[in-house]
Amino acid sequence: MKLNRRTLLASGATAATLAVLGVPVRAQDAPLKVGFIYVGPVGDGGWTFQHDQGRLAAQEHFGDAIETIFQESVPEGADAERAITQMVLSGCQLIFTTSFGFMDPTANVAAQFPDVKFEHATGYKTAPNLATYDARFYEGRAVIGTIAGRMTQTNKIGYIGSFPIPEVIQGINSSFIHARKVNPDVEMVVIWAYTWFDPAKEADAAKAMIEQGVDVILQHTDSTAPQAAAQEAGNVFTFGQASDMAAFKPTPRISSIIDNWGPYYIQRIQAALDGTWESQSFWGGIGEGEVLIGEITEAVPAEVKAEAEALAAAIGDKSYHPFTGPLNRQDGTPWLAEGQVATDEELKGLNFYVEGITGEIPA
Amino acid sequence: MDLTSISPVLLLASLMVAATPILLAALGELVVERAGVLNLGVEGMMITGAIAGFATAVATGSALLGFVGAAAGGAALSLLFAVLVLWLRSNQVATGLALTLFGLGLASLAGQPYNGVRAPPMPELDIPLLSGIPVLGPILFRHDPVVYLALALVGGVWWFLHRARAGLVLRAVGENHDAAHALGYKVLRLRLLAIAFGGACAGLGGAYLSLVRVPQWTEGITAGAGWIALAIVVFASWRPLRLLLGAWLFGGISVLQLNLQAANAPIPVEVLSMTPYLVTILVLVLISSGRGRARLAAPGSLGQPFHASR
Repeated sequence: MKLNRRTLLASGATAATLAVLGVPVRAQDAPLKVGFIYVGPVGDGGWTFQHDQGRLAAQEHFGDAIETIFQESVPEGADAERAITQMVLSGCQLIFTTSFGFMDPTANVAAQFPDVKFEHATGYKTAPNLATYDARFYEGRAVIGTIAGRMTQTNKIGYIGSFPIPEVIQGINSSFIHARKVNPDVEMVVIWAYTWFDPAKEADAAKAMIEQGVDVILQHTDSTAPQAAAQEAGNVFTFGQASDMAAFKPTPRISSIIDNWGPYYIQRIQAALDGTWESQSFWGGIGEGEVLIGEITEAVPAEVKAEAEALAAAIGDKSYHPFTGPLNRQDGTPWLAEGQVATDEELKGLNFYVEGITGEIPA
Repeated sequence: MDLTSISPVLLLASLMVAATPILLAALGELVVERAGVLNLGVEGMMITGAIAGFATAVATGSALLGFVGAAAGGAALSLLFAVLVLWLRSNQVATGLALTLFGLGLASLAGQPYNGVRAPPMPELDIPLLSGIPVLGPILFRHDPVVYLALALVGGVWWFLHRARAGLVLRAVGENHDAAHALGYKVLRLRLLAIAFGGACAGLGGAYLSLVRVPQWTEGITAGAGWIALAIVVFASWRPLRLLLGAWLFGGISVLQLNLQAANAPIPVEVLSMTPYLVTILVLVLISSGRGRARLAAPGSLGQPFHASR
């Protein structure tokens, strides 16, 4: 529309009329613009790839009613604020920022634009126009920890950690607890890569573990490089992280934890379209369909597969919580009493290993 | 802590592998800088080589042909740089940085169809007899051909720079391009060849990541290796044999760092991660102080544009 004084007046008049008639001004004329900020490239085959799958699912679901845009490989830190602001200025009314490090930039931009809705993944800061969402990855870790404990021959399980934040520590503890439950001799070797995505470093970390006798590797980093390293070594098992990583079936990848963001994105975009969107803190797991366990391949014996699936089902219907006492802290002091379950607040601030894991969490 | 779980033999063997990409890229950059051109686009040329090599290997089914494609890809990108800085006389620092950004974007675009595709395997080159030697066999004689190619190139570049007449001319161009021009040497042509060689080496280094070390295509696969290669050239004070030492040091510490973590060594991860850079600073201080000072000397014409009229 050409904008001159006359059309401006006319559109103002139309808007006023519509407002008087009680017709929502926003809807119908233009699609809702939804923005996504990604920390890695869409082609990482892991974390960001899954978020983009969620975006595509939402786009498919709503068709012409929404328009989605994304920016990939946005560095965590000051530049993120610029990227998010730019997205607001380009007309996005709902913006998903999909990495922990975007928390402060998102909160800052949200404070400046109270009319725009923001959703930040895996953080803890909320505002009337800033919601958070996360997935209970530790529920999936419990399942693959069980498989790992059964599959290891050397009784050494490796865990490639990204950064020492609660989410990763939950994963290490959860997988270790359940590996040890089925195999009391199991030991956990942790390497901190200090990156979410660096294929060469992840491959080197996997190789260092394999050289030291680790034969099952769990990763909390996003590339498929550890899978390739395990494949080359042979006789080493891995699990897909964030994405199914199906290219490495049936071995070394014997199962996977899949982040399934599509349903959540569809639900929240629908709320924004209906005008019912409200700030919240959502933390879904296996039961909500946000965490999926990928196909357990034929390399896993049938009884182990059945055991893992039963565990996943119990977690899914909430009859079992992966952090159920008795559990001690690493130094031997009691944490959870018999039958006691960890609260969400405890888990979101988790900063210690459970008993049996050696090594220290870097400060 | 259980340091006995670290096997020194396997550690040294993986050191050789970990050092190869940065060694190749740094070697190319050393020749470029010896010719008086500062090309900060190593990272961009590496990742272009990584995807060019990967695409060639997938198309032909041969990893070795992939390396040929990688060298061609890296060299092609470096020729763009050469035209800009040699004939259009643009600022070398800015052009080099632009080349890195361009290369990263180009590789990401070209790599779209290759996500999740598997690379053909690289033939291992088990040297008969020698590979059976205990200790030395696994360390030295059980690698893929590219590791040996990199080592041979180090020797070749050393011989070229210090024993061959053409290498002398190349060094002369780098030390003082006006004097070399006055003597009748083709400054621009020589620099063009040096830049192309640098691009080809960076491409090989990148392809080593995507075809052997990782081995698959993922965006951002070089993850800063090109910058480390640039640092090693300074670390080596523009000498090929010291360059080998530097690459092994960097490769060695990055591998050792992960091994120490896995063995539960009580050293903070952060300290281990910064060790290579600390060592670089230390070495620079040592060799640039006192008697050793003259040895640091960077090529005299490094980074300066050349025009025959001046």
